[in-house]
Amino acid sequence: MIFLHADTPAWMLFPIVLPLIAGLLCFLFSRRTFVIALAAVLANFLVVCLLIYQLLVFGSMRCHMGGWQPPLGISLRTDGPALLMLLMTAVTGLAITLYARGYFSYRIFDPPRAGRHQRQQRFFWPLWMLLLAGLNGLFLSNDIFNIYVTLELIGISAASLAALSGKPASQLASFRYLLISLLGSLTYLLGIVFLYRSCGVLDLDLLQNLSNNGPGVRAALALMSVGLLLKTALFPLHFWLPPAHANALAPVSAILSALVVKGSFYLLFRFWFEIFPSTITTPALNFMGTLGAAAILWGAIQAMRQHRLKLMVAYSTVSQLGYLFIAFPLARVDGSAQLWSIVIFMALAHSCAKSAMFMVAGTVFLHLGHDRIKDLSGVRATLPITVFAYGIAGVSLMGLPPSGAFIAKWMLLSSSLASSQWWWALVVMSGSLLAMIYVFRVMSRFFVIPEGVSFIRPAPFSPLLEWPALALALISLFLGLVAPWPLHILSQGSTALAQSFPGGLP
Amino acid sequence: MITTLLYSLTGLILFAMGLFTLIVHSHPLRKILAVNVMSTGVFLILVATAYTPLGQGEIDPVPHAMVLTGIVVSVSITALALILACRVQETSNLDLLEKSKQSKARKESGA
Amino acid sequence: MRRTRNRHKRLDGFQRLFLLLVICLTALLGAILCTIHGPTPGLADAVAQFQEQSGVESPVTAVLLNFRGYDTLLEVMVLLLAVIGAWSLTEAPFPDQITEISPVQMGAVRLLAPVMCLVAAYLVWQGSHLAGGAFQGGAILGAAGVLLLVSELPWLRSTPVFSLRIGLVLGPLVFVGTALFCLFFTGDLLGYPEGTAGWLILLIETACALSIGLTLASLFAGGRPEDEVVLEHKPVDQSFNGERS
Repeated sequence: MIFLHADTPAWMLFPIVLPLIAGLLCFLFSRRTFVIALAAVLANFLVVCLLIYQLLVFGSMRCHMGGWQPPLGISLRTDGPALLMLLMTAVTGLAITLYARGYFSYRIFDPPRAGRHQRQQRFFWPLWMLLLAGLNGLFLSNDIFNIYVTLELIGISAASLAALSGKPASQLASFRYLLISLLGSLTYLLGIVFLYRSCGVLDLDLLQNLSNNGPGVRAALALMSVGLLLKTALFPLHFWLPPAHANALAPVSAILSALVVKGSFYLLFRFWFEIFPSTITTPALNFMGTLGAAAILWGAIQAMRQHRLKLMVAYSTVSQLGYLFIAFPLARVDGSAQLWSIVIFMALAHSCAKSAMFMVAGTVFLHLGHDRIKDLSGVRATLPITVFAYGIAGVSLMGLPPSGAFIAKWMLLSSSLASSQWWWALVVMSGSLLAMIYVFRVMSRFFVIPEGVSFIRPAPFSPLLEWPALALALISLFLGLVAPWPLHILSQGSTALAQSFPGGLP
Repeated sequence: MITTLLYSLTGLILFAMGLFTLIVHSHPLRKILAVNVMSTGVFLILVATAYTPLGQGEIDPVPHAMVLTGIVVSVSITALALILACRVQETSNLDLLEKSKQSKARKESGA
Repeated sequence: MRRTRNRHKRLDGFQRLFLLLVICLTALLGAILCTIHGPTPGLADAVAQFQEQSGVESPVTAVLLNFRGYDTLLEVMVLLLAVIGAWSLTEAPFPDQITEISPVQMGAVRLLAPVMCLVAAYLVWQGSHLAGGAFQGGAILGAAGVLLLVSELPWLRSTPVFSLRIGLVLGPLVFVGTALFCLFFTGDLLGYPEGTAGWLILLIETACALSIGLTLASLFAGGRPEDEVVLEHKPVDQSFNGERS
């Protein structure tokens, strides 16, 4: 009989097991599902905080499943980047859970069609809980095949969630999403086969230590990267993302845009710079940077051209994902430590800001019954908190000073100028400019007061619809002010980081 | 050794065939079948990886377990994709029906 | 066959280019496959070394439920997830009228269904020392379920949905429960206490086989039961299905 102490590695099992059990219970019982989900999300948040404390005190940890050591068994591990991603998932997930409660109860209270909203609420909770378990499992996993299983868990639940709204457009988009995610994971699986043939192990630590550089490993890495890029929706492979994200229900869009794409990106980044750094060549890095630059510009231009708010926000995701990839070619000069802090900051800020944006879009949709940008005038008067949240999230997307995105962009600029690759800096700045245009285009509509309309009508909205968005937007805004704190977590427990920053971080 | 290679290459060709069909054909059922062919290809390579020549130790059970996991995942995704495809077909047909009804009604009222 | 082929359009420029690309990629990957030398050590020796501690004789079962049991736990969740996804999409398309089934089919079902259940049970039991196990047994059970569904037995419709849900969740719940039980006794998730591994694996496999069988049959049914979604407010129009948008 053992008990859990503060230094027990078994704590890291709970972010996976708790949402898993909650998902099963939410499916089993059709009532009180929100209470179960909220309890799981809260407990998940507390455990993640405990894990961060553990990391700061005891350093990086391994947890072996079933007590079997790595070549045979599966292990989980905690380190700085993984825990920051877990924290991002926990915080965003908590806000999304509260928002979803407000969203569904508002819609059920005011039903245009009986049955549909009940169905959506009935299945949202189990799917969301299992998706959360999959995400946490993905961030913690240290086994390449286990990652495949978690990817599938995420893929199926995300596709089912995307189809939940029941509109034909969303179902078509979800079908495409399902096929794309399956194609991605099959390619990833083929990569695993090549890797297993060349190395004979599946554990990431062992693969890292082998540092095999043969053609088999190169092919494996290429295949796995293509699979993960498909799931991350980098520029030429982004075609499935806007319809899937824009046609889903608002809480679902927030989940998909803020969390799901980050999972596959995190893996990609980890494989490239931590597990197989010797396989990476400069042309490959430049290629990724070019795709990222194209994504920033193309996504932003498309976002400016959209007529619907949700589509605009979805295209903005395509654009923002490009920033994560533009950091790749800077690896040659800075090593992976600076790179980790850039992408983690970018991911954290984007996750909070983007989920806030989608929540705002959902609330506006509930209020007006549509989200056509040209007819959004006057929303400010009825939904002041929501509009405020939109503005702050917009500040974060543009990357203005106190926000977390500003820190990430600043580091991007300085390292691209320091390595005399000024063209990346140019792309980053023009991306911010374009972001400003598409954010303000909507913002200005909010403040226009149409003539002859008196809207004294107070918004009868539950606070759950407005405050989570504002909270997330504020978190993304003030992330820049607490920057040393995440950087401190990031510097813990990762060997590569400790070597390149012996004297601590700025 | 030759046996392993033969199976692996067949699996690779199956994967490529599936990929080609998936991209080129637009019918949902064909796409689902193509993905199935692709996954069969990957599983074939995995099974071939487990093979060891006779008399040289045990057959590696880990790829077998991986294939079993993969098959289960592929079954679940195929089922979900089929139901989704049927649903898309139904709703889009319903939509078309409603639209044609509306346009008819509009014509009649106009007349 | 030929007729369908003739109806196909010829490949256009993009498709030809793509075909060429796929062929080149396949050739490249094939060449790389050939250069990966010899049989890699793999994990066969490691599995053989710890086989005796795993509690089962079949190496594949040992990998699935002991050494890499966590993978299997998540995989069972994937199956359940497919059912939840399918149920969230649509109701099961049962025909409105109960059709008469031919006596031949009825007789075949009467004979086959019990035999299939027996075979499934045997496969689960056999999993401990030969090829077999929860998934194989579950597949046979699923086939039995499909047989019953195809015969449209009247009691299938009136099965209470809660018991169906319990059946679907039983396997995953028992799996997670056992994993946590092991966590509190040995400190490892799925680290079976000494001497109990064989029995715990059998317990998990039995529960999972039942759930997998039900899962596959529910996936075949193609949607949720009619009374799955409870309406808290009475719908205005009873005849309206609520599903069309």
